[in-house]
Amino acid sequence: MSPVLAGALQLLALLVALGLSYRPLGDHMARVYSSERHLRVEKWIYKGIGANPSVEMRWPAYLRGVLAFSAVSVLFLYLLQRVQGSLPGSLGFVSIDPDQAFNTAASFVANTNWQSYYGEQAMGHVVQTGGLAVQNFLSAAVGIAVAVALVRGFARSRTGELGNFWSDLVRGTVRILLPISVIGALVLVACGAIQNFAGIHEVGQFTGGSQQWNGGAVASQEVIKELGTNGGGYFNANSSHPFENPDGLSNLFEIYLILVIPFALTRTFGRMVGSLRQGYAILGTMAAIWLGFTALMMWTEFAHHGPAFDLAGGAMEGKETRFGIGGSSIFAVATTLTSTGAVNSFHSSYTGFGGGITMLGMQLGEIAPGGVGSGLYGMLIMAIIAVFIAGLMVGRTPEYLGKKIGTREIKFAACYILITPALVLGFTAVAMALNTPSNSMTNSGAHGFSEILYAYTSGANNNGSAFAGLNADTQWFNSTIGIAMLLGRFLPMVFVLALAGSLAEQTPVPETAGTLRTEKPLFTGLLVGTILIITGLTYFPALALGPLAEGLAA
Amino acid sequence: MNNSVGTTGRLLWAGLRALLVLTVVCGVLYPLAVTGIAQVAFPGRANGSEVTDASGRVVGSELIGQTYDLPLKEGEETAAPDLKWFQPRPSNGLGSNSVNTQYSIILSGATNRSGDNADLIQWVKDAKAAVVEDNSTADYKVKPSDVPADAVTSSGSGLDPHISPEYAKLQVHRIAEVNELDVKAVDKLVADHTEGRILGFIGEPRVNVLQLNIALKQLVTAKG
Repeated sequence: MSPVLAGALQLLALLVALGLSYRPLGDHMARVYSSERHLRVEKWIYKGIGANPSVEMRWPAYLRGVLAFSAVSVLFLYLLQRVQGSLPGSLGFVSIDPDQAFNTAASFVANTNWQSYYGEQAMGHVVQTGGLAVQNFLSAAVGIAVAVALVRGFARSRTGELGNFWSDLVRGTVRILLPISVIGALVLVACGAIQNFAGIHEVGQFTGGSQQWNGGAVASQEVIKELGTNGGGYFNANSSHPFENPDGLSNLFEIYLILVIPFALTRTFGRMVGSLRQGYAILGTMAAIWLGFTALMMWTEFAHHGPAFDLAGGAMEGKETRFGIGGSSIFAVATTLTSTGAVNSFHSSYTGFGGGITMLGMQLGEIAPGGVGSGLYGMLIMAIIAVFIAGLMVGRTPEYLGKKIGTREIKFAACYILITPALVLGFTAVAMALNTPSNSMTNSGAHGFSEILYAYTSGANNNGSAFAGLNADTQWFNSTIGIAMLLGRFLPMVFVLALAGSLAEQTPVPETAGTLRTEKPLFTGLLVGTILIITGLTYFPALALGPLAEGLAA
Repeated sequence: MNNSVGTTGRLLWAGLRALLVLTVVCGVLYPLAVTGIAQVAFPGRANGSEVTDASGRVVGSELIGQTYDLPLKEGEETAAPDLKWFQPRPSNGLGSNSVNTQYSIILSGATNRSGDNADLIQWVKDAKAAVVEDNSTADYKVKPSDVPADAVTSSGSGLDPHISPEYAKLQVHRIAEVNELDVKAVDKLVADHTEGRILGFIGEPRVNVLQLNIALKQLVTAKG
């Protein structure tokens, strides 16, 4: 069997697995966020928090909950790293410097998992398992909570109430993320991922001497790193490290974990707004972009244009033998079209166009299918823009799911759309204009520019993957990327929740013959077009200077 | 004003309590439970898939690549490969400790060089020339076009335990010559250690270099 065919079959297997989970998981999540009942373990947790989970919150209160919880999380994770050297269970690793500790704390709370540290030589068991992996759960649960609040904004009328943040946070963690993680972690261990609390130990080698390894709770962190679209690796080599991703099967399973919740949330959305077909239209948009990108990636990587790849006879630099081109390409697209940023192969050594595809995936706003929660709310914002554009064409006040998209709503949506590009392009421009940041580049020319563009694209979009030739552990990059990650995560949430509050207060307008049918394929087409045009207009000049220049030269 | 400070304080306090409670659940109970089950159900896997040779000595992990080099000679910067053994892929991206120098943990990683990078082009050229030279024997000449891509490129982790079956086959004549073995016997060894795709389509065909070298050592020892 040719590698191309094997790659296509793996993609097909992934489609089947995602298809089989779509209904049960999507419906389960809809029940989780609609149910009146609290589990016993949840009641204990609410008692510990001191919050009443049944109190409905309007959008400002919901937002205050998100921000307060996240602020405390950043501070806690920062302090944990700062005192690592004095904690037991740290394997003798020293405390992390202030700028790097800030960067890492911001990164994990913002669901980005950009890493300017080397996992195996910087972070001990306590910080990895008790700090970083915890945020892998909680930042994911916060993302889903905000998405569910927006969905409630569409589903509810004349109230302004969006649910209870503490309840959404706890339920997402306890009823969705934890159960899947326990099973998933054991699957990964069965494949070969390690799961122990051994210290740094010596293991003999074939030709004599020994290697030093650190043990760790790797499988349990790996599974939530993918499932929560986080992406921060236990080891520096991330999911290309054999202890994180031991074989072809674990590789396919990890890609499945990355995609399963973001896709299934469209079913949850459809359920909660009372029209499954509306969910399918959003699903169709996400799936079309995802499949298109994957096909393009496979094409360019198998074609391997580029001087070094032509010489080698294949684009295997930075890729593992057990995954090959196919398994690597599928992973690279899944990780950059979601907010994951885990890598099983190194994007900097992809072909010029391949690197461009990973960057464009993030620049779409990570909405196909996007991060857990953030993918759905990002896509719904795009849907509002698409409805607005359609409304302008026919001269009719636009509406979506029975809610009028008026001045206020479109302002919130527009602000949402503008934040990330402003951060990406602004910071990239400043970094290029200064001297010190460009000293961090490994490659020169177009690819060197791509390293910096990639870094801010990845940070502001909360992806976390890198053109890792860039030495990002400098005060400049630690600080600016840290700020980009926090603003790129929480400013959009402000507008999403404000929009949700505004929608939930409205009285629904009845559907008439003139209503745009947003559950039809025509709308899916319009939505795909809107996404590509908005992203293209925003980023094309920057992409032309980096990956396009490199790809066309090859 | 006082009132809003009080409200913010209460909210942050609730946030901290939520974080602590959930840290116990997700950062203590969950990893301990998973570790407990994993250690009972898959102890070998959970502890790093260690491999022993015929004498029972631990010689590494099935999953972690190693180098098979001659001892470093004086004046050399990098050790020369020991051509008696099957050679793995290059690992130009591997790093060493720079933060906590009391350890000598290998730092996994890739080169991150782009396709038009001058270093990478040179590395590929050099590696190709070396593979051609090392593997050509008196009656078996390797052509540059025979060299598969994995033989001249570094993997993502730098710890790739596998090589492609093509690269393993390419080394057969050299291995037979250096170890004074029958080419057919070495051929069979490679064939026996070639793993296909899982279920026929997942992953890529590959040969585990450590397992192959352990078997080769047995063959050499048996020959006497």
